[in-house]
Amino acid sequence: MLATSPAFKENAAHALADAGLQKALNRTRPQSSGKRAAAVAALPEFERLRDIGRDIKNHTLANLDFYLETWADNVERAGGHVHWCGTPDDARAAVLKICQDAGARTVTKGKSMISEELGINEHLEKHGIAPIETDLGEYILQIRNEPPSHIIGPAFHLNREDWEESFRKVHTDLPVDRVFNERRDIMAEARTLLRAKFLAADVGITGANFLIAETGSSVIVTNEGNGDLTQTLPRVHVVLASIEKVVPTLEDATSLLRLLARSATGQDFSVYTTFSTGGKRPGDLDGPEEYHVVLIDGGRSAMIGTEFQDMLRCIRCAACMNHCPVYFSVGGHSYGWVYPGPMGSVLTPSLIGVEAAGHLPNASTFCGKCESVCPVKIPLPKMMRHWREREFERHLSPQSVRTNLKLWAWFARRPAVYRLATRAATKLLGLLGGKRGRFRSLPFAGGWTGGRDLPAPEGDTFFARYAKAQRAASRS
Amino acid sequence: MTREAILGAIRRGLRRGELPEDQKLGLRARMAAHPRHLIPARSRIPRREQVLLFVRNVEKEFGTVTRVAEAADVPGSVADYLAGQNLPTELAVAPHPELRDIPWSDRPLLRLREGRAEATDLVSVQHGYAGVAETGTLMLPAAPERPTTLNLLPDTEIVVLRTSRVVGAYEEAWDLLRSERRDAVTGGFMPRNVMLVTGPSRSADIESTLELGAHGPRRLHIVLVDDDQTALG
Repeated sequence: MLATSPAFKENAAHALADAGLQKALNRTRPQSSGKRAAAVAALPEFERLRDIGRDIKNHTLANLDFYLETWADNVERAGGHVHWCGTPDDARAAVLKICQDAGARTVTKGKSMISEELGINEHLEKHGIAPIETDLGEYILQIRNEPPSHIIGPAFHLNREDWEESFRKVHTDLPVDRVFNERRDIMAEARTLLRAKFLAADVGITGANFLIAETGSSVIVTNEGNGDLTQTLPRVHVVLASIEKVVPTLEDATSLLRLLARSATGQDFSVYTTFSTGGKRPGDLDGPEEYHVVLIDGGRSAMIGTEFQDMLRCIRCAACMNHCPVYFSVGGHSYGWVYPGPMGSVLTPSLIGVEAAGHLPNASTFCGKCESVCPVKIPLPKMMRHWREREFERHLSPQSVRTNLKLWAWFARRPAVYRLATRAATKLLGLLGGKRGRFRSLPFAGGWTGGRDLPAPEGDTFFARYAKAQRAASRS
Repeated sequence: MTREAILGAIRRGLRRGELPEDQKLGLRARMAAHPRHLIPARSRIPRREQVLLFVRNVEKEFGTVTRVAEAADVPGSVADYLAGQNLPTELAVAPHPELRDIPWSDRPLLRLREGRAEATDLVSVQHGYAGVAETGTLMLPAAPERPTTLNLLPDTEIVVLRTSRVVGAYEEAWDLLRSERRDAVTGGFMPRNVMLVTGPSRSADIESTLELGAHGPRRLHIVLVDDDQTALG
């Protein structure tokens, strides 16, 4: 997928002015945090499970080579095939070859973020094979030729009118005067159309939430059942999975599954959690004849042993973006690549480079909510800080930022001067603020005051107030 | 890049070579022991309450449950359910010995066809391998006698499950599979496919609003056969 991450600021400005998007964001925002909170409150052990989830992932990453080899051996024991791919190019070629060997004309697909990373659809289309997205959200995006804006609710940025308009435009075989009274009428139309596609497809491609070393299984989690139809009906099932998806045992996966749905949608468990291990067995009446896993590194191995290794614990639940004030202001498309929100701000520079995605870690208020809801306790704000440091070190940040940071650093290294200067500035701004107590515009602060007022300082600096409070405390 | 190149890159990141044999032995032992982690207390309750928790959780997730005293009551229960929902009486039934033992002919209106589901089937009857009380989840491992398509293609899936097969936590359902099943191909216990199913198909992709019946069954109905005396009362 082509990245527009370098244009984050322009994307964000555009998003803030997009009334339809803002309507969708405001509709979804309260639900996405509320549902998780309710599910977590109903499971008193949730906090301890987070520690367990973190530890399982850390143990696996420390022995990743061993568990991947064990998993791959077990896939092959079950008659499956593992295609080891270092780069997105390798992976695209592997998927295409499997489809061509199967003589595929149409390919159904379950929702897979790694497929977005690789741009599988464009690659198949280029070679005359028609990919069909079957997740309801991904289906509408394919029709509209848009990327997903969220890793689990890919089309939540759309409103009902958008769905109806797109369906009328594309489903031209259906009566033009048909009425969509309810959301379920839209869903029913997609269900009928896609059912025929499921039955006709030659190959089904899914992602994987987990790979299990002890059994050689891949796991998908869906609510719609589209992933299961995708992997059950065609003759060939292809799984796309990145190397950090592996966990040792079913018990390890089970503990992570207790965290996943609660963190993602606030469900106790998703509707379909399916473990696939090889192809059809003797006597089976259904299921695919062939089972392939295209295993992708795609920049992950280079994160191991760096300050970004913890990011490989991510189980893609989207809790971080569901609780992010920046994400809910600018939406997912502003981030410009596959992964938006806090996890995207950390992962995207690792995968496509800090040159292209260096803006993203700056799009944070550092409120820390993302880390506090992460089911595997990834220190997202800390890693965003690491990226900011790298951006600075590599002279990628704008000159004005660099100059001001240097100026600030000069004061910060001289505490007495710093206090004197901040005290003077606080007093001055306090006076200038006058009765209104805020500024509509201020020199050098146009970036802030362009969108809102800047509050004027009231009273003393933090240092002065802190010292005063300490003195008061020691007297009493 | 090949297998060795990817493994080499991982090892460089970890600042070590391939793991020494004694450490591999330790990791293999962990997999062989497959230790359980924390199991939530909600399912650590007496049998009777476990079954009630299972039913409550199925209903919370928009499934329905009818409890019957014995297998002989299943045809009547199924016929009543279909009539109540105004559904057709042609059934695609899993070719499972336990389902064959049910006296379906007591209800001559029910027309049964054994096998996998076809695109035109509207109602399926599946054999429930286990139920997990923790979240009201069904475990449905693929087998010649339990085709996967029965869980997916029909509009309505009816699952016949015995109460003695309701367990508290997922780990206990995995233990059943580990101890009861041998796979002809791998020699292990995992079949081609294990579906954990919690309620009927749904989607919230349109305006973040939940709607039932996305791609899989619109209705999931469980007929729970009371074969476990400790779960009664």
